[in-house]
Amino acid sequence: MDPADLSIAEAGTRLRAGDLRSVDLLTAVRRRASMTEAILHAYLTIDYDGAMAAAEAADAALTRGEDWGPLHGIPIALKDNLVTRGLETTCSSRILSGWIPPYSATVVERLRRGGAVVVGKTNLDEFAMGSSTENSAYGPTRNPWDPDRVPGGSSGGSAASVAVGSAFAALGSDTGGSIRQPAALCGVVGMKPTYGLVSRYGLIAFASSLDQIGPITRTVADAVTVFEAIAGHDPSDATSYRGAYPDPRADLDLGVAGLRIGVVRELSHDGIEPGVAAAFQATLDALAADGAAISELSLPSTEYALSAYYLIAPAECSANLARFDGVRYGLRLPGESVEQMMSASRRDGFGPEVTRRILLGTYALSAGYYDAFYGQAQKVRTLVIEDFKRAYAEVDVLVIPTSPTTAFAVGAKTADPLSMYLSDVCTIPSNLSGDPAISVPVGLDEAGLPVGFQVLAPALGEAMMFRVAAAVERLAGLDARPAMATSEGAA
Amino acid sequence: MPVEIDIAKVARLARIGLTSGELDHYAEQLQVILEHAARVQALPTEGVVPTAHPLPMTNAVRPDEVEPTLDREEVLAAAPEREGPYFRVPPYLEE
Amino acid sequence: MTYEAVIGIETHVELLTRSKMFCGCPTDFGAEPNTNVCPVCLGLPGALPVPNEQAIEWTMSLGLALECVIAPHSVFHRKNYFYADLPKNYQISQFDLPLCTGGHLDVDAGDGPRRVGITRVHLEEDTGKSTHLGGSGRIHDASGALIDFNRSGIPLMEVVTDPDMRTPEEARAYAQELRAIVLALGISDARLEEGSLRFDANVSLRPAGTDTLGTKVEVKNMNSLRSVQRALAFEIERQARVLDSGQPVAQETRHWDEAAGRTESGRSKEESSDYRYFTEPDLVPLVVAPGLLDRLHAGIPELPAARRARYVAVGLEEAAARTLVAGGLAELFDDAVAVGASPRAAANWLTGEITGHLNRTGIEPEALPIDGARLAELLAMVDAAEISATAAKDVLAGVLAGEGSPREVAAGRDLLQISDAGALSAAVDDVLTAHPDEAARIRGGEGRLVGFLVGKVMKATSGKADPKAVDALIRDRTGS
Repeated sequence: MDPADLSIAEAGTRLRAGDLRSVDLLTAVRRRASMTEAILHAYLTIDYDGAMAAAEAADAALTRGEDWGPLHGIPIALKDNLVTRGLETTCSSRILSGWIPPYSATVVERLRRGGAVVVGKTNLDEFAMGSSTENSAYGPTRNPWDPDRVPGGSSGGSAASVAVGSAFAALGSDTGGSIRQPAALCGVVGMKPTYGLVSRYGLIAFASSLDQIGPITRTVADAVTVFEAIAGHDPSDATSYRGAYPDPRADLDLGVAGLRIGVVRELSHDGIEPGVAAAFQATLDALAADGAAISELSLPSTEYALSAYYLIAPAECSANLARFDGVRYGLRLPGESVEQMMSASRRDGFGPEVTRRILLGTYALSAGYYDAFYGQAQKVRTLVIEDFKRAYAEVDVLVIPTSPTTAFAVGAKTADPLSMYLSDVCTIPSNLSGDPAISVPVGLDEAGLPVGFQVLAPALGEAMMFRVAAAVERLAGLDARPAMATSEGAA
Repeated sequence: MPVEIDIAKVARLARIGLTSGELDHYAEQLQVILEHAARVQALPTEGVVPTAHPLPMTNAVRPDEVEPTLDREEVLAAAPEREGPYFRVPPYLEE
Repeated sequence: MTYEAVIGIETHVELLTRSKMFCGCPTDFGAEPNTNVCPVCLGLPGALPVPNEQAIEWTMSLGLALECVIAPHSVFHRKNYFYADLPKNYQISQFDLPLCTGGHLDVDAGDGPRRVGITRVHLEEDTGKSTHLGGSGRIHDASGALIDFNRSGIPLMEVVTDPDMRTPEEARAYAQELRAIVLALGISDARLEEGSLRFDANVSLRPAGTDTLGTKVEVKNMNSLRSVQRALAFEIERQARVLDSGQPVAQETRHWDEAAGRTESGRSKEESSDYRYFTEPDLVPLVVAPGLLDRLHAGIPELPAARRARYVAVGLEEAAARTLVAGGLAELFDDAVAVGASPRAAANWLTGEITGHLNRTGIEPEALPIDGARLAELLAMVDAAEISATAAKDVLAGVLAGEGSPREVAAGRDLLQISDAGALSAAVDDVLTAHPDEAARIRGGEGRLVGFLVGKVMKATSGKADPKAVDALIRDRTGS
């Protein structure tokens, strides 16, 4: 097997057995990237020199008998909204074109300390706003299963690179589904942690009370590994959780016998494509056969979750993106006054989706509109949280499709922003509640496109979530790889 | 339920210098999105406390201790315009 | 038409914490530009704020000193506006759940006590500093600006009063008292000229005897306590003239020009600011832990009002007590009294000569070469007649000039009196011998000639004899 297709667990075993080196893993990744990037465009920046130095250092350490952890020597990709010192970070925006940060995100430091080899920065929808990676100022990423289709978004580059093997794992960020939905559309595993378990320091903020960083991997076990490497309290993030939480790995192989699984009625029927519905049902059947008790629950406030999200997220982003003003970094257009300079730079630097959301958010926060829009949306959020709490009194996990559709065609939804927003209807509720959720690939539809199955757990319930996800993977997981991912398969 | 938007004022508040054609375009789009978002108003919320945070955490503070600063040259290297040790900007209009 | 002025004051206090409000950058004044910076206070993408615990506790302490209610649950908000020296283009501040509310401060400007309500005390962060290039250094004719972010993120406490003051004198008294409390608490160095204490006033007029508030004008740029008084006096008069001429007062911000002695209209804004306040999502609420307020209470030192009351109780006049406390001389006074100086005598010297010296030289009380011990020594020397009261002034001048202790200065400047009877005997006897007629007349009852002979002894001793001792000796020798 081409080393690029190994799981992290497998690669780790072979590194320690001495029959592969980190340099070999990196070389395999490089080869896979060279075969796929021309079409895929998953990466914005690849730093082979830096990666090679890290791989050599990892190998030297292993030779000395040191073991820095499960990610020691493993090539990883980072979504380009994660700040990396010395390595260009753009958020796929013109306004940060060429920006070389003077510091690194906490998660990046943690990965490096664990010996991970950073390959490069992956493409995203500009400032993480979007569901298709078509909003990137540097061109879209393509879906590895069908290059005429989108990989999902906003972490499209991360999902695509893991799907084809040009990275062993990637970090993405999830504000309204931006890890889970592209993972589903690309046929890989993507997970959003409980809000606060992973430090946001160095994640370029979109919506502060919703953003979380999480892993995109090829297996559930790998997702646990990456999550463990990045999770934990960070004093530099005041919203970082300080308490204890259950070991996410403890129950991984226990299976679902005796567990209560709830299907969210409002998000599992209307608007779900037949191919997705079929794969979803087949997975439910397999879980039931394996001993889980399946029921259907109503969470009525989730019908309003999308609307609340499209008030809360833009409001927070309108303030978070105010710092991009041409004064201290980033794009600056000339102006006779500083006000003109700012206005011109921002008009030129931000793409249409970002502009749209900043305007929307500014409006929602304005005097006179606050109570009806932002204020009301934060109350709806409370109702969503209460619905989830009530549900978890009756079931151990909730399940829904990750995305109502499989990968759609490039350009299919760009004319109508609202239709694009509807892609997030199954993922947004977990961002509002702050609870963890994971997408596991469960087969292909008739067009050969992957379907994602989503498991939702209560806050700090990663152990239960991974346990059910591992069972889903075992019972219904996707064996196939995209054609582009094989050594001969590039078009 | 049509929503009233003074798009020019919003763009000014947000410091995005859109042309009048662009303003019209965004105003239309915002109209559609806001009407959808305004559905939140249909939910009864008397007595409901707004969530500012999904986490019930309090008192995340730090002790009054000095930590390392950034290297000034590295900081100013990213500046669109610098003058000596300062960031330089065009003249201000407002106080 | 007689008007009543209605005045409220907003004070910004830069806190003396070691590190900034939301990051660990140092706060030292005068550092090289843009060296005390980090991703947080520069507003770099991805940075996050974490609040300074000391700044929070100091704000609560000031709230307690001002008799405020400390909020059991307090929250930070984002105040959104664009400005080049505001790196995130929002300021983390507090909106409807500030740390302290509902207190008061009693002041007296000389015509009776006034209770000034304290609406709120809250915590926020300072901005960077812009220097405008070219022209006059003001904004309106600049060719550009240079920005230093060292100040960005320094903790700022904002104290807002109810509009309870009625005269410029009251406003100054309030400002002075608030400054004294802040200094007593040790939470700021409160220097107006350096900007670590900033006063903005809101002033409106209404016809005397009515209670509807008039249009209020904000006055900024008052860089000394004296400016506060002068600016308000000017502004009240200006508004009165406007109203008398039948015009309405424009609601605006005006800047005080100390040199010109008037307020000037600031740049008018197109529209009033919409700050779009919302709860800061990068921070979590502050909740008062059990026992915290008791600990903070216990840590509050003697405040100016209590100190003044204590001084009055040991016999000082109100005015003297006020001068000692307001002038930063209270420590000196306490130290001198502690080693035996008489309170009234110590207070006289401190409020007189020493305060005069401070005013002339502009130095801070801490920089005085005289401490409580030296002041007590000076007073003791006068009491023991080692120096005359007149010479004492010269001795003090010498001490203040850095010549050493009172004893050293008296010796150095040859001001020591001879009051020892033995030492004076010879001189007195010489004079009596030289003036037998006067001596005889004194013996005969002409007591008024004693002074003449005292003068002779003074001359003979080059003025160093203690006149009282000489007088006593002469009378003794002549039996008068």
